[in-house]
Amino acid sequence: MGFLFEDGNFALFRDGFLQTIELSALSALLALLLGTLLAACRVSPVPVLRGFGTTWVTLFRNTPLTVLFFAVTFGLPPLGVHFSHLTFAVLALGGYTASFVCEVLRSGINTVPLGQAEAARSLGMTFGQTLTQIVLPQAARTVLAPMSSVFIALPRNSAIAGAFSVSELYSAQQTFSERGYSIFAIFFWVACAYLVISATVALLFRSLENRLAVAR
Amino acid sequence: MSSIFTRPSTASVLYDAPGPKARSRYRVFGVLALLAIAGLLWYTVTALADNGQFDAELWDAFQYNTIQQRIVDGLLATLEAFGLAAVGSLALGALLAAGQLSDHRPVRWAAVSFVQFFRAMPLLILIVALYYAFFAKEPMWALVLGLTLYNGSVQAEIIRSGVNAVPRGQGEAGYALGLRKTQVMTTVLVPQAVRSMLPTMIGQLVVTLKDTSLGFIITYHELLFVGKAIASQPLNAAGFPYIPVVLVIGPIYIAMCLLLTALARWIEARGRRGANRRTSAAA
Repeated sequence: MGFLFEDGNFALFRDGFLQTIELSALSALLALLLGTLLAACRVSPVPVLRGFGTTWVTLFRNTPLTVLFFAVTFGLPPLGVHFSHLTFAVLALGGYTASFVCEVLRSGINTVPLGQAEAARSLGMTFGQTLTQIVLPQAARTVLAPMSSVFIALPRNSAIAGAFSVSELYSAQQTFSERGYSIFAIFFWVACAYLVISATVALLFRSLENRLAVAR
Repeated sequence: MSSIFTRPSTASVLYDAPGPKARSRYRVFGVLALLAIAGLLWYTVTALADNGQFDAELWDAFQYNTIQQRIVDGLLATLEAFGLAAVGSLALGALLAAGQLSDHRPVRWAAVSFVQFFRAMPLLILIVALYYAFFAKEPMWALVLGLTLYNGSVQAEIIRSGVNAVPRGQGEAGYALGLRKTQVMTTVLVPQAVRSMLPTMIGQLVVTLKDTSLGFIITYHELLFVGKAIASQPLNAAGFPYIPVVLVIGPIYIAMCLLLTALARWIEARGRRGANRRTSAAA
């Protein structure tokens, strides 16, 4: 278990840990933005947009994340798109998670009572105002619990990026096993790192839930 | 003629039932959105075509019988891993759920910590660790065991919450009839729990199916691995057929997952119908 504190191993481990956090945070941001946009499409009164949202979500939810990573990492360069591996990973992970965020938000929107929107409209608010100031804030609060499981899953899923040349925790594990350390010791430390990340996200959402709980 | 554009829609939390003016506005938005989506598609297709991704040479590979056979073999390998993992995770899930609901504290604690640990662990890390530690020669068993441990833990949580969601009176009635705990579980609670949780359980099986593609990282010869192998052979000056491979493999995965989802929907609808029939007969 002590190998972590020998010959610069700790630096590698720390860099992997920070890279995992960076990748997760960027993907979470992209997933939130894109997911909100998709949810807006899926509940809009325009059938074409609803169809677009449904198709997107169906496609992305039913494609394995590994295949998405494969498609982005190997499919974009031949088209002349050259980003860093981290950017590719953020695109795949964010795009995948966005479809789950969209579904969670949509189910949250369905829990907002009709009267809230009617009150907003009777004040003369437009569709955009009703959505962004009345409905989405309330929906966001109701969906905190399901949303937390989406964002606890995200750092776990980010491990796949390591197999596509992003130097995060998974690739740190790979390097350690190439250096010949016991797989159980490596597994122990990597497991601890992921548990810390999951627990932090869970705590964050717990405190948000306590602070933002809706009294209805 | 009634098209989807003129279908009368009711008010939702986001908009009123549209009047004539709003309907014509929606129609304009619809046309604009259609144009934008068509433009996006057109741009994608031209980008693909300009870079020669639709050239015949790049798709040539799929004409060979050996390549087709390899894709079929990969598909079968995927399905084999999925089948084993599905059976394993359901069995493990049942076992762990029983442990979590046990009256004996040590058993309960062991089951709960097992479930929590494997649910928090990235599946890839788990599979790779199993691969290096035990199954370096047999990647399939690393994949199957990893999938079983992770999905079994999730299934256990699903079954447990299903059992807890059965109305208390059901179990109490069982005990009042003098049944033992095992009998109450197996004849009263679990059948009702499984019935209500079946769609969720199948939904988790979809996740299991998708995660079989992690096998590609530990060199298990499943569908994605085969795809990568095909794509890494350069074809006479045309380059590597990565995009054609994605366009072939992706839809196969999507179709399999959609089939499983459809099964879940069908079972859900069937369960509802059955439940209704029984209540109406009892009433």
